Amino acid sequence: MTDIKLHGFWYSPFTLRVKWTLKLKGIPYENIEEDRYNKSAQLLQYNPVYKRTPVLVHDGKPLCESMIIVEYIDEIWPQNPLLPTHSYHKALARFWVKYADDTFSAVASLVRSSNGEEQEKAIEKIWEHLKVVEDQCFGDGKNVFGGDTINIVDIAFGPLITLLVVLEDALGVKILDDEKFPHLHSWYNNFKDVPIIKENLPDQDKMVAFIKVFREKLIASS
Amino acid sequence: MSMVKVPLVTRMSMQFNKRTNSNPICMVKSSEVKLIGKWSSSYTIRVKIALNMKSLEYENIEETLKHKSDLLLHSNPVYARIPVLIHRDRPISESLVIVEYIDETWPTPPSILPSHPYDRALARFWATYIDDKWFPSMKCIFAFEAEEERKPYFEVLEEVLERMEDAFGKCSKGEPFFGGDTIGFIDIAFGSFLGWLSAVEQKFERKLLIEAKFPALVKWAERFAVDPAVKGLIPEADKLVELSKSIKWRAAIEKK
Repeated sequence: MTDIKLHGFWYSPFTLRVKWTLKLKGIPYENIEEDRYNKSAQLLQYNPVYKRTPVLVHDGKPLCESMIIVEYIDEIWPQNPLLPTHSYHKALARFWVKYADDTFSAVASLVRSSNGEEQEKAIEKIWEHLKVVEDQCFGDGKNVFGGDTINIVDIAFGPLITLLVVLEDALGVKILDDEKFPHLHSWYNNFKDVPIIKENLPDQDKMVAFIKVFREKLIASS
Repeated sequence: MSMVKVPLVTRMSMQFNKRTNSNPICMVKSSEVKLIGKWSSSYTIRVKIALNMKSLEYENIEETLKHKSDLLLHSNPVYARIPVLIHRDRPISESLVIVEYIDETWPTPPSILPSHPYDRALARFWATYIDDKWFPSMKCIFAFEAEEERKPYFEVLEEVLERMEDAFGKCSKGEPFFGGDTIGFIDIAFGSFLGWLSAVEQKFERKLLIEAKFPALVKWAERFAVDPAVKGLIPEADKLVELSKSIKWRAAIEKK
């Protein structure tokens, strides 16, 4: 019997990437909720480099970094595959996975923003990234995101967009504008309604409340 | 310098390729594979090492520092940066993505990624760690004029070396490289920066890769630099130091 533990935060988009992957493939696991202000000794031992979640522990062996974990899971449990089989399409998928991670830096700036000017600047930066995705990933012959089935690019971007929707509520701003980003907006609307995703989305109100407190603490400490 | 044992199979295939320049399994015309890059770029060097490991011919397209070519802008519209591999007219960007692509498209030995998924995950982790820490810190060291401003970034480089020294022990398992008996993904990701490491040491008159502190890494670096797939690719420190004078480091930090 395989032993899988996931150390994560219920509110973290990075943990969510791994959770969704495990759920999609029907892989049972033990969820270990970490406290970011009081990380377990085990977590620090498993991830001494970054000291952060998520960490997947498979039969006692730790794996770190969300998309590295996702690829690992996809390799060991090939049902409902996330990566394409052809090496060129794999390379494209990996490129966009990296781009999703680059986009997170812009989102982090928004989370940290302590005034209107910083907020505006951060949103502009996010929009630049979303525009690239809108222009490059959709349209004729482009199948970067999953069509009928969820793929690794969906997993990489899904939680990022989920977090943007929470930030829209928490900050009272519009980010995922359907006029600016019609394809992305449409993709997300379909994606969040896929049963396994819908069942495993953190509660919106809980997330908004969390983000507000999280931002206050961040801004107070900076 | 210790002699590195080159396995018999590798030695034979090296001889075969030298003589005939055509491995029947990967007969690739140079027009099929193009690489847009720069001699000074560690990221470009990664791809060249991978291509060499697979004995692939390719057309090298050298980008200049000042002016980005239309081919580059067209091939990498997202980042407009090198390296870009173009295989049968299809572009692939991001050095680590390209290296994995090369390994998968031409699966003949030697393999670049390990065979076991856990080891692959570890290899990707360390390669991403290098990308996360090394070059961003080096850019800051070149960009900032005050010693005090550079200090924290030197500390990051020091920490990276400590971690890689430790990782070497765990990953190599007594063999000459992170990848085992032949160079692998981590070797390529990290080793590609050896030229710039020497450039930093020279320009700032400060030894970083010290034998007393990092005995395994020092020996590994020597072996890596003379590996047939790497030889001639790592630029000399004084050439990079000279080049560093014309790079706009501050602008480089702000780009993402």
